[in-house]
Amino acid sequence: MSDQGIGARVKRVEDKRFITGAGRYTDDIVEPNQAYAAFVRSPHAHAEIKSINSKAAEKMDGVIAVHNGAQLTGDGIGNIICGWGITSKDGSPMNMGAWSALATSKVRYVGDAVAIVIAETKAQAIAAAEAVSVKYKTLPAVAQSLDGLADGAPQIHENAPGNLIYDWEIGDQKATDDALKGAAHVTYMDIENNRLSPNAMEPRAAIATYNPAEDHYTLYTTSQNPHVARLVLSAFYQVAPEHKLRVIAPDVGGGFGSKIYIYPEEIACLWASMKTKRSVKWTSTRTEAFLTDAHGRDHVSTAAMGFDKNGKIVGLKVNTKANFGAYMSLFSSAVPTYLYATLLSGQYNIKNIYCDVQAVYTNTAPVDAYRGAGRPEACYLVERVMETAAREMGMDPAELRRKNFVRSFPHETPVIMTYDAGDFDGNLDQAMEAADYAGFEKRRKKSARAGKLRGIGFSSYIEACGIAPSAAVGSLGAGVGLWESAEVRVNPVGTIEVLTGSHSHGQGHATTFAQIVAERFDLPIENISIVHGDTDKVQFGMGTYGSRSGAVGMSAIAKAMDKVEAKAKKIAAHVLEASEDDIVFEGGEAKVKGTDKAMGWHEIGLSAYTAHNLPDGMEPGLKEGAFYDPTNFTFPAGTYICEVEVDPETGKTTIERFTASDDFGTIINPMIVEGQVHGGIAQGIGQALLENVVYDDDGQLLSASYMDYTMPRADDLPSYSVHHHSTTCPGNPLGMKGCGEAGAIGSPPAVINAITNAIGNNNLSMPATPAKVWAAIQETASAKAAE
Amino acid sequence: MYDVNFHKAKDAKDAAKLVKSGDDPMYLSGGMTLIPTMKARLAAPSDLVDVSAASDMVGITVKGSTITIGAATTHAEVASNAKLIKAVPGLACLAAGIGDPAVRHRGTIGGSIANNDPAADYPAAMLGLAATIVTNKRKISADKFFVGLFETALNEGELIKAVIVEKPKKSSYAKFPNPASRYAMVGVFVAKTAKGTRVAVTGAGGDGVFRMKKLEKALDKKWGPEALAGTQIGSEGLMSDMHGSAEYRANLIGVMAKRAIEAS
Repeated sequence: MSDQGIGARVKRVEDKRFITGAGRYTDDIVEPNQAYAAFVRSPHAHAEIKSINSKAAEKMDGVIAVHNGAQLTGDGIGNIICGWGITSKDGSPMNMGAWSALATSKVRYVGDAVAIVIAETKAQAIAAAEAVSVKYKTLPAVAQSLDGLADGAPQIHENAPGNLIYDWEIGDQKATDDALKGAAHVTYMDIENNRLSPNAMEPRAAIATYNPAEDHYTLYTTSQNPHVARLVLSAFYQVAPEHKLRVIAPDVGGGFGSKIYIYPEEIACLWASMKTKRSVKWTSTRTEAFLTDAHGRDHVSTAAMGFDKNGKIVGLKVNTKANFGAYMSLFSSAVPTYLYATLLSGQYNIKNIYCDVQAVYTNTAPVDAYRGAGRPEACYLVERVMETAAREMGMDPAELRRKNFVRSFPHETPVIMTYDAGDFDGNLDQAMEAADYAGFEKRRKKSARAGKLRGIGFSSYIEACGIAPSAAVGSLGAGVGLWESAEVRVNPVGTIEVLTGSHSHGQGHATTFAQIVAERFDLPIENISIVHGDTDKVQFGMGTYGSRSGAVGMSAIAKAMDKVEAKAKKIAAHVLEASEDDIVFEGGEAKVKGTDKAMGWHEIGLSAYTAHNLPDGMEPGLKEGAFYDPTNFTFPAGTYICEVEVDPETGKTTIERFTASDDFGTIINPMIVEGQVHGGIAQGIGQALLENVVYDDDGQLLSASYMDYTMPRADDLPSYSVHHHSTTCPGNPLGMKGCGEAGAIGSPPAVINAITNAIGNNNLSMPATPAKVWAAIQETASAKAAE
Repeated sequence: MYDVNFHKAKDAKDAAKLVKSGDDPMYLSGGMTLIPTMKARLAAPSDLVDVSAASDMVGITVKGSTITIGAATTHAEVASNAKLIKAVPGLACLAAGIGDPAVRHRGTIGGSIANNDPAADYPAAMLGLAATIVTNKRKISADKFFVGLFETALNEGELIKAVIVEKPKKSSYAKFPNPASRYAMVGVFVAKTAKGTRVAVTGAGGDGVFRMKKLEKALDKKWGPEALAGTQIGSEGLMSDMHGSAEYRANLIGVMAKRAIEAS
């Protein structure tokens, strides 16, 4: 079979253009008659807009127009919506406040867009935006979820009393309370999950062009899901009907979730292009990115986990306050509910789980899905609690996990997930061996002799991705189906184009997607190209997020290939006068098994399109499409072990070893999968040690540049030890599980468990900066001194 | 960035003449702080007078025990000059640890000390070595030069031409970088000079770089890390921000001082 097929470490075909600077990103595209947009943004976290005076700005050199929110809403542009409805405990729908692309009466966070300026050059647009005079009446602001819920907190949206968006629950409260009452040991913890800024390498950008001759719009934008963008822009924001709007997401430099959503800027640029009859380009500055890209995480939780006298978990009770920022972003509501609380069972057999979640408006940037989306928060909570419980009960952390592992599948959790396959012991064993857990004590002593504190921490994660049966998510409130589509076009010369609704913004689809086609027809991948990211080329697609491109996107391609294969075999059987059951594809040919009869793959293509000699009744052509709707989530799982050394004098943590054992099911390209794991762990270590979005009490963003927001750098990270121990996913034709988020989901608790093990103080929140770790060490020292 | 007139000075005299043009002129050396500030539209000088190629402001000369460093000398040159490495190892090592290679090949010693960022490295070396700052008008001792946060004794239009340091018996610098910016969270420069020990701290002071006289006295008695044992370092007057409290910075002063002494 093809040496470029499933399991081959094929080098990424897209990398030549990326590393030679030949990629084509939105900002690289220049439309004829292009003008530039700049936004006037609120400097206040919460204020009434008293007046907007743009007279001076309109007179400035090169200024074409200045438009505000009253004009935008006056033209019938709709409010930005959250596409997943969540129902509160009491049966009431969630309280979604209005979000206009340009604020009308009130601004609700620093960076909220108030007006758009269109000018001939970028510099002229920026200068004029500064000249727009907005009079504000400032209002008290809140930045933290607990402050937002406090009595007397400033009211951010009229229709969300007390800033409460919803109060949602899952699981059986009474059964869980009873189980905890009867427990031999209960571990209680307060757990925070820090707020993160996504920091894609390419900032968001858009170029909108209105063509009055055809009454048609084209939008180039940095999107992970251009079809969803078109749907939402059309159906909800009323910018243009779908057939009059083309959305193209060309090369996109990283998304991590932040480019799923439709932001005010794209809407305003489309609308402004119609108003001005010009192409309107906007490219976010890094400062705007820090202020306005949807943030991730920001949970404040309490947890209680009960155990019987043998260390078996009897119940888990969790309360979480989720900070949503000033507006509900596209999928924000699903993150702390169906993507979070449904994973609180971890890898464990837990009979009773109850979780309730309060979602809160604050005067901060909107919060939505960010690499892992809810699952990192669940994993961090469960794995911090497990490690802590092991310490409290004097058990080995690996043994406590082993006592509670799920071992028979399918396994139904009390929080509505059905785990389909896994070998949690296998991953734990593999990780412990690769990490030389047995040799840790020796290494700890060696560090101690050098005056350093060494610690080790586990994280046995499970996540749910490849979201998910459309009917199931629909019943839980999703506004869209979560299937994927594909079309496989065999050209008359035998080359193949695969059109996919998935979108690659770094994942390497041009390579991996081609590999499964190469495998099926035994063709070189040079003969296969992957087409994506353009609503005029691909009929429809749901895009790429939630580690779904493999399990869902490639499954759709596999289904389309089934149809192509069947027709190709019929053609070959007809031409070769054989039975189609005897046709096999080998070495670029269709062969008749057990004979020397064969025809080239390109001849099949040619036969299909010349249609001179096709079986009776067969339509010409060789092109098939398919939609694939998953039967379940996929459940990647594994164990991560982190080993750290802490300098007790400075509090600085160095990651000495990081070992990963993952179960991703079938792996198409191990090199690309390992790259995903490396990147995911880097982001997880970033969250655990370095990254933190900080607002002051007035809602001013303090971490608004790389001078204060700490991105992980190469010298912060170890050389990873990455291993695979796989079980096949029974839910999709290729047996795949998602691999894009696992690293970011599984790693933070391993890091914090290791540091708290090293310093002997469990009271440590993320990010574990040197200053915080040092303070925790002082706390331990003074507690010891007091004894 | 706002529009700006750009002038390139041939030498220090030319620079002083050019800086009289425009209503809000500024000298530009490496531009490692000024250019990003201008790009963020937080600074808007009318004119920039670039001194990075001023012929009498670049290069390092060592004459006897006196080392003169032109103000427009880059960090990379300071870090790699063989004579300077031998004469003042602490200064060369400090320069080698500023920013990244790109910064070290553009940024200059004069630009750094004129800016007097409270987290910059060079002010600690200047103060620790009791350097003399030579301007186009006068000579200023480092003790009088660094006035406060981003404030120096320089008058309007006054230009740093060079810095002069006397070769110390020992010199060493240790810094703990801010995790985000990698500027000094705390940097401690220690020097044993003819006039006694000097310890200068950057990154921590609420008013910028400062000397730790308590520590200097202890080290005068006996040079060695044990001198620190009896010296309490208080947190009063130290900076506190999202990256670290004043108490943490006070601790780091002790740790970095110890490490600098150990490395000397």
